[in-house]
Amino acid sequence: MSQRKRASNTQSSQNKGVRSQRWEAVLGDDEDDPSFTQPSTSQVQKGLDRLTPAQVDLKTAEVVQFIFVKDQKKFPIRRADIVKHVVKEYRNIYPEIIKRVGCVFETVFGLKLVEIDSKNHVYILINKLEQLEGESLNMSPSNPKTGLLFVILSIVFMKGGVVKESMVWNTLKKLRVDQGERHEIFGDVKKVVTDEFVRQRYLEYVRIPHTEPLEFEFRWGQRADMEVSKVKLLEFIGQLHEQDPQSWTQQYREATAPPAAPAVVTSANTSASVSQR
Amino acid sequence: MSRPLGESHKRFLQTMMVNGIIDGAKARALHRHCCETHGAHYAHDKLDEFIEVINAQLQPMFMQIRKGMSEEDGLQYHALVNMAETDVTRMSTDYADNELELFRKTMDLIVDSDNGTASSTDILNCADSLQTKKLKKRETEHVLNRLVQDKWLNEKNGDYSLSTRCIMEMEQYIRMLYQDQVKVCHICHNVALQCQMCENPTCGIKIHTPCVARYFKGRTDPRCPACEDFWPHEIPDVYRPPSSQSETQSAAKENTAPTPTPRSTAQTRRTRRS
Repeated sequence: MSQRKRASNTQSSQNKGVRSQRWEAVLGDDEDDPSFTQPSTSQVQKGLDRLTPAQVDLKTAEVVQFIFVKDQKKFPIRRADIVKHVVKEYRNIYPEIIKRVGCVFETVFGLKLVEIDSKNHVYILINKLEQLEGESLNMSPSNPKTGLLFVILSIVFMKGGVVKESMVWNTLKKLRVDQGERHEIFGDVKKVVTDEFVRQRYLEYVRIPHTEPLEFEFRWGQRADMEVSKVKLLEFIGQLHEQDPQSWTQQYREATAPPAAPAVVTSANTSASVSQR
Repeated sequence: MSRPLGESHKRFLQTMMVNGIIDGAKARALHRHCCETHGAHYAHDKLDEFIEVINAQLQPMFMQIRKGMSEEDGLQYHALVNMAETDVTRMSTDYADNELELFRKTMDLIVDSDNGTASSTDILNCADSLQTKKLKKRETEHVLNRLVQDKWLNEKNGDYSLSTRCIMEMEQYIRMLYQDQVKVCHICHNVALQCQMCENPTCGIKIHTPCVARYFKGRTDPRCPACEDFWPHEIPDVYRPPSSQSETQSAAKENTAPTPTPRSTAQTRRTRRS
């Protein structure tokens, strides 16, 4: 039926047919699609048998493009959106597609597709290549927000991983970044720090219970945990204070501790059947 | 045969993704930087092969790193282009429907023009008669700024032209959409928007301004390569970028035979039409 029709379309328009849908519709936040349940391994195999390799490759390419677009703002990407807007009728082989997509990101782009929320099925795309300091060959004017973020991450890290909101603002104020005033580069600083950085999963902004008036604290977000090298951060702070990074023994220990394994999209966890989740 | 990518390749690719387009000198520097960072074998003349390895992996994703020439300075650039989109819709993630319509109309004006540019006045007039939703003057200026920032258009003295990246990315689309209407360079066979034209009415071939500079360099009696009529337009100088110490050699190799002394006024001059 519709699959056979799609087969002939793809054969003839191999190089053109990656995307014809309008993207604006796709960029809005959708509700979770309740009808999508992870197909079983045998269902996936049956689905694959019915399709040509070219069709699967094409769909993989579409998902890769989609994720790149969605990742532009660094907000997490929902599985529901991937299925609804791109995978569509190929949803019965979703685990295979997402596995290949993960593979492409790693082997071609040096990026990692990580499921940061296995309950709500949300992904982020992180950089596996080391971000070199003073990478002027990056050529584009470095995003000033990165500097701001780095300062906040440093404060949190040096203070043991958790810091009261007020401490962060006080420190930033000394750097002439005031949450109360509109900053000429960052604009609404409070929004950037407590909303944008949090949505991007660089920071966590958590309510401290039983506080009156309401107080919040900052922690590192999942993306920061995965992307930011604590060792490099400590080295940077060491340079700033002209001290050996190892002089901060606790932080140094934490920075050099082996990392916890993130939920990377691999073949092992994508072919799991529904009942195992 | 597709070779697996090393970290040096991935770093190069990531930088291409961030920048969209880079000039030849930066591409060479980036090649070196990526290889040195990851301890990969580096040979200064192997950039093309290095990129081919990446392209083999990019092909299933309908992406390629392509080489192209800028119509402004005649220099070679590398751009990461999306092969899948044959339409302006690849920009539709960043622009609203009416903004895309404005871009299409700007492209119409540019392709139609003699000199490959569209004035802001003409574009503003288009903004007023959009079918989707009209754009006010301020909004139009804002959209044009974004288009320049996103490297789809170039702006100079209130005139807009298609950027090198835009032409490279949309060449197929432009040819398909405009067919015979679009000018093609007789020398390099690519789409030619900023170009000179043979004045012989039975000939009328077009040549990119920088291609003119190169083809007619040093000739006292320039003749049309197709009909041999006298070529009446001003032959610009070949553009030489301000050379750094390490780049002088490769820059010379890239453009033309090396001249004994570097020219000081390096910009190609615009043709004066009668």
